[in-house]
Order: sequence, then structure tokens, then C-alpha cells
Amino acid sequence: MIKLKKKIPLIDQHDKNGFWGGKFGGNFIPETLKKPVEDLSILFERLRYNKSFIKQRDYHFKNYIGSPTSFIKLQKLSNHLGGAQIYAKMVSEANGGAHKIYNATVHCLIAKKAGKKYVVGDTGAGYAGKMLSMAAKRFGLKCKIFMGAKDIKRQKPNVDAMKKNGANVVPVYSGSQTLVDAVSECMRYWVSNCDNTHMCVGSTVGPNIFVKICGWSTAQISRELKFQIQSEFKKIPKKVKLINCVGGGSSAYGFWSEFIDYEKKQIELIGVEAGGPRSSKLHAAPLTNGAKLGILHGAAAYVCQNSEGQINETDSISAGLDYPGVSPIHCFLKDTKRARYTSATDEHALDAYKLVTKLEKINPSLEPSHAFAEAIKIAPKLGKNTIIIVNSCGDAKKDRDILKARLGNNK
Amino acid sequence: MSLINLAFKKAKNKKRPALLTYTVAGDSSKKKSLEILKSIAKYADICEIGFPHNTPIADGGQIQSSAYRALKNGIKIKDVFSIVRDFKRSATPKPIILMGYYNMIYQYGDNNFINICKKSGVDGLIVVDLPYPENKDFAKKCKKKNISFIQLVSPTTSLIRMKKIIMDSHDMVYYISMLSTTGGKLKVSPEKILKKYNKIKSLNKNKNIVIGFGITEKTIASLRKADGLVVGSALCKEISKSVENRQNPVTNVTNIVKRLRKKIL
Ligand SMILES: Cc1ncc(COP(=O)(O)O)c(C=O)c1O
Repeated sequence: MIKLKKKIPLIDQHDKNGFWGGKFGGNFIPETLKKPVEDLSILFERLRYNKSFIKQRDYHFKNYIGSPTSFIKLQKLSNHLGGAQIYAKMVSEANGGAHKIYNATVHCLIAKKAGKKYVVGDTGAGYAGKMLSMAAKRFGLKCKIFMGAKDIKRQKPNVDAMKKNGANVVPVYSGSQTLVDAVSECMRYWVSNCDNTHMCVGSTVGPNIFVKICGWSTAQISRELKFQIQSEFKKIPKKVKLINCVGGGSSAYGFWSEFIDYEKKQIELIGVEAGGPRSSKLHAAPLTNGAKLGILHGAAAYVCQNSEGQINETDSISAGLDYPGVSPIHCFLKDTKRARYTSATDEHALDAYKLVTKLEKINPSLEPSHAFAEAIKIAPKLGKNTIIIVNSCGDAKKDRDILKARLGNNK
Repeated sequence: MSLINLAFKKAKNKKRPALLTYTVAGDSSKKKSLEILKSIAKYADICEIGFPHNTPIADGGQIQSSAYRALKNGIKIKDVFSIVRDFKRSATPKPIILMGYYNMIYQYGDNNFINICKKSGVDGLIVVDLPYPENKDFAKKCKKKNISFIQLVSPTTSLIRMKKIIMDSHDMVYYISMLSTTGGKLKVSPEKILKKYNKIKSLNKNKNIVIGFGITEKTIASLRKADGLVVGSALCKEISKSVENRQNPVTNVTNIVKRLRKKIL
């Protein structure tokens, strides 16, 4: 039986080989990347305990990212559903429109400390890429972003933003032309250019150190939230459900990290993966559907794959969730039963988007719309003393074209 | 003496480096890839065969294309082993090294995979994303079955690390010539590559050190001082070209290998 430890951040609960729970994560990387990964690990472990680095981070989080993002009650939605009280953490207010800015900012700060002039990153929804291009520009780094050709088409507003920030957006035509292929291509690029280039992995996936840096960065979300919950309710309420969409899992980890030590009975953690089109067998929900443990992008985790170990194609309306793998720390949270994982279909996410935007003045992108779908599903069955908090971690501007095509002009 | 060691020894006796080829099992088809192997084996000393993976994080465009083509043709691991078996029963078999990514082995189970390798006649294994020291256990299991686990060393490998890797290595060590995926253009001078090569060699003269990545008909002669030289992407590229031009890849690839061999005589 694998177990969580208390009072130690989840990102640090790995063994000396980089595995959480003895089997998730690790470093399945080509020899060439051993040294850069080790260098980065040493640098990060030094920086994270360095007071002046923390000060710098907090300065940029506050003055550049705009922390804290607000915590609001969705009164009309709560009334409409007639059950649990629903709140949202509006992470989409962060500079750039999503949580990806935390990881991007920290990576650029590290890249500067490492003396690197170039940063390279992957992106699916385009937010990780957009944010890296923003932060790179701010810190004077040259930026290259790998993005699947399919995603370039469906997330155009973010592609435009990346280009405006001076990033070189490289379309990836291999495989399913989505996030999985972008990450592969980005890693290949790093293999060839690791002497002068820093790599940013856009979520809590990849070799051990990238999971850690990303989780350490997005953890800001739950530090804010804990404070906000305490000031709203005077103390942490007895029944809380924290609902977050899960692609790679960076947003969910950041939303949950301060609350993992609480009892599940008090604070339930619910991750919502992409169930794909209702009529399709394809999905991007390895945790929900019991995918087997495998190796993808340098880490061992549950991954959608066939019996031969070939990675499956995925499908989701949400480019940010359209990924066959998932973070090793979410695998760990699943197996220790601390978090519960489920999925929402494309259609459910769209319905949720419609309902939420009809009733409330918020505009969640398709990724958090998956989380809202679960909130909408369970809220009516819960009592008024249950507090549901959804991480509204992205803004829907990027989904303009998809929403228009699927919902028409009146939404 | 292992067949791999023997192949190096034979080449050394003739005062030339061993020529190692890399092609992907199932490319351009299961049948053709076996024919290619049988045909190039007349000129190559050791044949590496890739077992294709659809998320190859260290391979460049040419080997990716070969892998995708093979997978599209429906190649399965069991087919890869049957290609190895058939090749080993042919008139001029050469030592075979399987090369691939760890997930496929992982899904099979380490022991199961190594057992089938043994039964099929595999002489060595290269697992791209199972670096040292994570590969220690796996390498030991291979050794028990007399299969060479081939360690990789790259330009980023530190001297201390290199010493440990060489100490734990089997018959052959693979030096990656430059910071690159497979199929990159040789961006480092041959002198520099050989300098690093000599440093590795000096750690243990008995190990066979091969150089790979970026080696083509153009560059092979300049590196002929090495124990062995691996050519992969240039062959995969030729298969792609042959398929495109509706020519027979067997003849075309064989011609390249023939010419490569001539350049290191
Ligand atoms: C708004 C938004 N939410 C969620 C995700 C999914 O990633 P993660 O699970 O790492 O938060 C993305 C990824 O692009 C995103 O843009």
C-alpha cells in the first residue's frame, strides 16, 4: 500500500530515483539530457530555499501576474441548481488569462539564473505557450514554442498572442498533431540544444524536476485560496469539494496542494478529465478509465496506450486536456485515494459553459468548463452546507472559434 | 566470445572499424525489412533494428517516418522478433542489436522481453530512454542471459559518470557524437568527436566504442579510427525515398551500405 505523507509538499514526496509512491514519475530520458536535468535539479533545489529568489518570485506573482486572483460566489448558479453553494477561484484573471503564467514566470526566472538565453516550451491550448512567450519577453529571453498543427488551427487567438510577443511558433505535424506531439518535439529540440536553451514543460508532467517546478509554481493558487476561504467562512468549512479539470494536472495540483493534508471527508479533491465526444471511443481520461501504467515523456504514469505500449490517439474539444498521459502526482493521489477522478464529455462541457455563462458574469474556457460540468452534476444532490469551489483556470477568449461553431452566434 | 565482440575483432584484424547499420523493423514492410537486413548483412558487421514506437522522443524526422510507416503497416513486437529469428537463420547472419524505447519493454515485462530476445537470437539491446544508473537492474538481467546491454555516452556525460558507465558496460558502448536527435547534420568536427572518443577509449581499451548520430556517406571516412560506426538515418531516408519513387528499397539501401563499407576499408 502506498501512502501519502503529511506536512511534506506532495512534489517532494518522491524517492531518490524520482518516483512518487515507488512507481510514478522518475527520469526516463536519453543520456544527453541527464546532465541538463541534473543541473536544473540542483539549481532549482538551491533557488527554492533562497530568500532573495522567493522575494523575486513573489514580486512578479503580485506585480506581474496579479496575485491574488479573486474568489467569488456563483450565487445564481447555486440558486439555479438548488443544492451546494458554488464558488469559483478566478485564476483566469491572472495575467494572460490562465494559471500557466505561474509556471512560465518561474521557468524564465530559473532560465535567467542558469544563464540561458533561449527558452523552449510546448503548448496545447496555447496558454502555456502564450505565457512563456510573455514571460520570455519580459525577462529578455528568446522563445520558441512547439504546438500541434491541429491545435494551431483551433486555438488561434493564443497563437496570435505568441507571435505578437515575438515567439517562434513551430507547428508539429507528426502523430495526432496535438499536445502529445508538441511535447515530444519540444523534448527533441532540447536534446539538440540543451547547451544554451532552457526547456519549460507546460504542465506537471515530464521528467521529475519538471513536475516539481511546475507544481511549486502553481501552488500559489491554493495558498491564496486557503487564505480566501478562511476570510470568507472564518474557518475551513466542514464540507468542501475542490473541483478542477485535469490535463497534465498543473492547475489541479496548484489548486489542491495546500489542502492535501486535510481529511477527504472535509475537503474532497475532484479531478475532471476530458471524456471526449459522447459518440466516440476516444478520450483523454487515463485516470478515469483505468489506463495502464506506462512511460511517456520521461515519466512513468497512467497513460492511454495499447497492449504493445503504443500511445493512443486522444480526442477532446478542449485542446488543453487533450493529452494521453497525466502527472505522476495525480496517479499517486488516485492510488492513495486522496483524490477522485472522473471525466466530462465534450457535450457536457459545452452544456456547462452555456449554463454558467448564462447565469454568471464569468467566461470559463473549455478546460474549466469540464470542471463546471461535474459541479453542475453533483451540486443538486448536495446540501446547502456543502461548499463547492471550482477552479476557473482559463478564459474562453481562445475558444472563440470552437464555441461559435458548436453553439452558434448567440453564445 | 560474444558474437558482438567477435564482429569487432574481425573488423580490427582487417584494420577497419566495424560498420553498424540501423533500420526499423517493418519498414517499408515486414517482408521488405527482412529482405533489407539479409541483403545489407553482406556488407555490415552488426545490424541494429529499431522496434518502432509512436512517441520517439530522441529520434529525428527520418527515423520517425520509418517508425510511423512500420506501425501503419501493423508491425507488432512479435513481428519484430520473427524478423530477428528469420534473419538469424539466413545464410549470412550478423549480430543483431534491438533498439527502442522502454515503454514497450515495460508493457511486456522486463524478464519476459529478455527471454523472448534470447529465444529469437538477439545479441544486444539499446534502450534509448533508460539511462544509467536507472538501467542497472535491467542491464544485469540482460547479462545473465548473455545479451549485451549497450550503454550510451554523450557529449554532456561528465567524466565521473563516464567512468561509472564504462565500468558497468558490457561488450559495446555507444558514443553519441553530438547534441542531437538521430538524423541531425554533423555539427561537430570529426577531430573533436574523435578526441572525446579517445578519452572514452582510454578509460578501458577492451571496450568496443562505436560512434553514432550524423554519420553519412560524406562523413564516415573521417571517423574511421573508431572501433565502430553506426549509420541509421541515412538508410531510413533512403527507404523513404525509394517508397516515394516506387523503387526497390532493398537494392537502394544495399548500395548505400556497400559504398559506406568501401569508405572505411
Ligand atoms: C485553461 C487551461 N486549463 C487547464 C489546462 C490543462 O492543463 P493542466 O491540467 O496542467 O492544468 C490547460 C492546458 O493548456 C489550460 O490552458
